[in-house]
Amino acid sequence: MSASVIDVRGVHKRYGEVFAVEDVSFGVSAGRLYGLIGHNGAGKSTLIRLMLGLLAPDAGSIRILGESVLGPRFREVRRRIGYLPENVSLYDNLTGSETLRFYADMKSVDPRACAPLLERLQLTHAAHRPVRTYSKGMRQRLGFAQALLGDPRVLFLDEPTSGLDPEGIREFYRMLQNLKQQGVTVLLSSHNLAQLQDRVDGLALIRGGRLQAAGTIHELREALNLPVRIHAAWHSRIDGSPKDLLGGFPGCTIDMSRDGECTISCPQRDKVGVLSALLAADHAPGDLRVQEPSLEDVFLGYSTAPEENDNAPV
Amino acid sequence: MRRFDPRVILVLARKEFRDRLRNRWVIAVAGIFTVFALVIAYFGAAQAGAVGFHGMDVTITSLVSLVIYLVPLIALMLGYDAVVGERERGSLDLLLSQPISRLELLLGKYLGLAAALAISTVAGFGLVGIVLSHGVGLPALARYGGFVLSTLALGCAFLSLAVLLSVKAADRVTASGMAIASWFLLVLVYDLVLLGLMVVASGQRYADVFPALLLLNPADVFRILNVYAMEEMRALFGLATAVPGTLASPWVLGTVMLAWIVVPLALAYRSFRTP
Repeated sequence: MSASVIDVRGVHKRYGEVFAVEDVSFGVSAGRLYGLIGHNGAGKSTLIRLMLGLLAPDAGSIRILGESVLGPRFREVRRRIGYLPENVSLYDNLTGSETLRFYADMKSVDPRACAPLLERLQLTHAAHRPVRTYSKGMRQRLGFAQALLGDPRVLFLDEPTSGLDPEGIREFYRMLQNLKQQGVTVLLSSHNLAQLQDRVDGLALIRGGRLQAAGTIHELREALNLPVRIHAAWHSRIDGSPKDLLGGFPGCTIDMSRDGECTISCPQRDKVGVLSALLAADHAPGDLRVQEPSLEDVFLGYSTAPEENDNAPV
Repeated sequence: MRRFDPRVILVLARKEFRDRLRNRWVIAVAGIFTVFALVIAYFGAAQAGAVGFHGMDVTITSLVSLVIYLVPLIALMLGYDAVVGERERGSLDLLLSQPISRLELLLGKYLGLAAALAISTVAGFGLVGIVLSHGVGLPALARYGGFVLSTLALGCAFLSLAVLLSVKAADRVTASGMAIASWFLLVLVYDLVLLGLMVVASGQRYADVFPALLLLNPADVFRILNVYAMEEMRALFGLATAVPGTLASPWVLGTVMLAWIVVPLALAYRSFRTP
């Protein structure tokens, strides 16, 4: 495995008596799309600000692209970092194109890079309008364009899709996939779990400033041992009960609340066995639907689990 | 890798300056200076029963009384928002995530604002200077030039103080309160208290300390710079005459003014430098 592009080790940050971030460690390797999830106020934004060197941790170390974020050489690394803050605040009196030009100048990026970026984010029509006339979604897109200046190697995106419409969200993730293919490492925070579910390569769950779990969504599901739900439906009446088919799987529960249908909850390890048994039965179901635990299930699983979760693959 | 990049400072300064041009701050302040200076030049001696231009020294003396109130207030209002405003609006994080140092950020902001103040001052008082230049000699014009320059220095000193307050204050409301309090203390209260103390202490051995204390206030430094050289005008400024000649040299006063520009900025940096 390659060295981590983002490397967070034992980081603590305290405001007075309150821990905003407590003993958080994780790493993200190159070209990965990594999600930071947690409730509002869980410490996601603080963690991102720490990773950008905007806050100094009370303990621990953070390296981005191999450089300590508080070290003297981090300034050079900043040229290769893009950042979109939560609820990005831009300058109302500047136009879209002036805004981008300002940040390009700051990063020593060729100003000719601005127009194509506005085009990519579909802001060309509004390029010469002051930002104060922009909608929330347009501001967010302009903020994203700003983050993409200078072809960054690492992107930190704090709640990047807030204010975007569904089409904008899809387009946004399409762009992230393209960037990922170019080897860009992306860390994004969100509390919209459904959006992240099939899009991120890895996840860190933050709760009360602490890392609850980190890994791929598959690993997190495994660790919690969340059941798979299998929905089966029969088109004709059957003799006997589907329960009879599941005799060999004591871990399964069955819900037969609707006529001709049932929902089976089974542990991951029994999934294939249960499906085989259903299909091999004399009266095989006419329709089967397998529902893996969603990211929301995983998140809730960790949220309701006791603070010290032994299963967490941290 | 350079630790200090003048190019970045220029980018920041240019944005700050352009903001003030665009929201018409520069033109508004230049207009205020022009109107007030013209009114004072022609009616400044009305108390003495005369109307009209009565020579450069009288005019400068009257302008000093105006500038000493107006310029510190304008400079404080210009700068109090510089850092805390960005912090409160949430744009500071994005700015600091750029490849710039915190010193460059402060200097860029300061220089941009100072440029806006400088253009307003030079345009406003310069215009009046041209009007007044008719029929006065070169020495009088040079004195007027010195007045404009010292006005600029006074503005820069209070701007520097404003940036310090902006770094220290937790929010904009606090910063503006602190700015107004500073104006009140330095421009209105300081002289009054000092004068009172001098009267009380007159004849005492330590009374010599008080004139030197005038140098701790940029507004007083500005006043002494402008009126000390003009023999017949000194009588109008009781306090300024209390300063011993050795302290009133333009070099000493200029250095003190420079310190008033540099020290608050340095303190601002000291408090802003660590994340």
